[in-house]
Amino acid sequence: MWKLLVKIFRTGRLTEKRSRPVTPPPTPGFGRSLAIRHVDAGSCNGCELELLALENPYYALSSDGAKFVASPRHADLLIVTGPVTKAMKEPLTKTLEGIPEPRRVLALGDCACDGGIFRDSYAVLNGAPQVIPVDHRLPGCPPTPDEIRRAILQSFTLARTGRE
Amino acid sequence: MDNDTFPKRVSPGFCLIPREDGIPRAIIPQETPGDYFEEARILAASGGRFLGLWAAGAPEPRICTAFLLREGLFVLVLPLSSPEGRQTFPSLSSFLPAVDRFERSVRDLFGFTPEGLEDTRPWISQGLWSVPPLSSPPGTCIPETPRADLREYPFVPVFGPGVHEIPVGPVHAGIIEPGHFRFQVVGEKVLRLEERLGYTHKGVDGLFRSRDISSGARLAARISGDSTVACSIAFAQAVEQALDFTPAAGVRFLRALLLERERIANHLGDLGALGNDAGLGFGLSQFGRLKEDLLRRNRTHFGVRYLFDLVAPGGVRATLDDTAIRDLLDENRILSAEVAELQKIYDDHGGLQDRFQNTGVLLPEVARRLGAGGVVGRASAQAWDLRADHGGDPYRRFPPALALAHEGDVAARVLIRFLEIQESLVLARALLEHLPENSIAEPLPDNPETAEGLGIVEGFRGEVLAWVRLSPGGVIRAAHIQEPSALLWPALEVVVPGNLVADFPLINKSFNLSYSGHDL
Ligand code: SF4
Repeated sequence: MWKLLVKIFRTGRLTEKRSRPVTPPPTPGFGRSLAIRHVDAGSCNGCELELLALENPYYALSSDGAKFVASPRHADLLIVTGPVTKAMKEPLTKTLEGIPEPRRVLALGDCACDGGIFRDSYAVLNGAPQVIPVDHRLPGCPPTPDEIRRAILQSFTLARTGRE
Repeated sequence: MDNDTFPKRVSPGFCLIPREDGIPRAIIPQETPGDYFEEARILAASGGRFLGLWAAGAPEPRICTAFLLREGLFVLVLPLSSPEGRQTFPSLSSFLPAVDRFERSVRDLFGFTPEGLEDTRPWISQGLWSVPPLSSPPGTCIPETPRADLREYPFVPVFGPGVHEIPVGPVHAGIIEPGHFRFQVVGEKVLRLEERLGYTHKGVDGLFRSRDISSGARLAARISGDSTVACSIAFAQAVEQALDFTPAAGVRFLRALLLERERIANHLGDLGALGNDAGLGFGLSQFGRLKEDLLRRNRTHFGVRYLFDLVAPGGVRATLDDTAIRDLLDENRILSAEVAELQKIYDDHGGLQDRFQNTGVLLPEVARRLGAGGVVGRASAQAWDLRADHGGDPYRRFPPALALAHEGDVAARVLIRFLEIQESLVLARALLEHLPENSIAEPLPDNPETAEGLGIVEGFRGEVLAWVRLSPGGVIRAAHIQEPSALLWPALEVVVPGNLVADFPLINKSFNLSYSGHDL
């Protein structure tokens, strides 16, 4: 047990100090706390790996006030990854329906933005905007955790950026 | 292996040629369905491990079935054009239970009927299309089944006092891929688990058709993001075999190095998540930190965190100068010490070991019958590792020791990951110290005729296999990548019954299978 404690002590605090790129907006928003529901609509799992990285000690997304939640009922923001396969269309729309208003939707990664490399396959719907209303898009294959973090922080405000 | 039956039966006109760039790989054409069935039976009986079954559609309909033997990789190819236009093939399910989902997928996607397969339920397509989507040429509009979403999948029911069902998914509670699990439980105990997958089916085999080699490589890199290097190397090897091209030593070394970095990164992530799922958040932070350090070094030296698109047919898109090599050697030393320290902490942690041990046991005998390979197989005494067995250069020069355990529980799968990280670090160090002059991608030769090739590598999860058929001018006629998850998902179904429902996430994590790699 002491080895574990020594390790914690020696490792110290790793979370990187970053200024919030958006000052708390005068417009209505989610204040300082944002609950995120993620739906993988058929990704290659590359985007998931970078989403997971946000929970490591360096990024510690929760220190920005954002956290991933298990139920759509608790969520403010829906993050969609993957090109939206035909089989995931319904689970995706149902999840969105479960999220109370006000809510925001972020399409994360090239696939979710427009189908990416899987575009025009018989089995995919060419991205989240083809299926549900999307507020923010973050291209990249996969986008880096820094980029994802910025996109998430942007979603704290309810200001609309390119809603379909 | 039974030397009396095996070599004699194998079709004439083929031989196993040792290769510089990996294990020997041979495509064996079969003339009649009877030959195909017989050949497969003999390969399976000679200790061959079934690795996958897939198809190609018109204009050259065919069934391909892969077996891995200690001698090399064999793929049986059965053309499916009978004069009557019948498109059936004999099911291998009578002696090879693992083919079930593969043959169902072929029926779903291509409409070829496996004769003798009892399971008539759709698998990969989930019955979404009213005609098999890959039976038509690329670009054709595939009609959807009306109201397919209302159709219930006939899970095998379990009856009895106190039995109830728990449906889980396709959307799960965390940041994970989608898939459905149907548990039948009594109290806290799982009686039966049945998976329903296919939610991430993206039609990859269809997307390969008519692509050029480089855009095919980009697609191959996205079969399963966590195995991007493994899938890219397998695809590159297949193209290179088809074009009769051997990459330079420097290329092979760098590919091997990238593959080990992918393995280490994934194993670190898995070890952290396994600690966390057993209630030790400390593990998640510590391994998360080590993994992030590694990814950041990837970014510094290779330009990307996850090693997408670095391996291309013909070469690699990466070079390392002396400073980079020194830095990676430093990292290697530090990582080795850190992981050893954390392993000691995991080993000594009573609470953790209590959750790990005797949980989710895959008995060696069952693992053998299911043909489980990779981390899961090695944790259940299946001694297969392409790098240790008969990999080409550089593995022949620096053969890694095979990690093996016999218990088959979560603890064994954790142990294998610890052992493999250390072994990978040793290998990576040797590669860095002996890195030949780097050479980047060389132009690939042209193919005047149709050509076919195979590739196979030991990815972090197990063997990743690739098959390509090229038209003249380097256009992909058909291709398939077989990620090991497809073979391991059935093993998970076998392992979970008898355990507590609450242990499922832990067992599932100890397998860490890819949905995307399975669903394609
Ligand atoms: S955007 Fe790229 S990394 Fe993300 S799911 Fe698509 S292919 Fe994978």
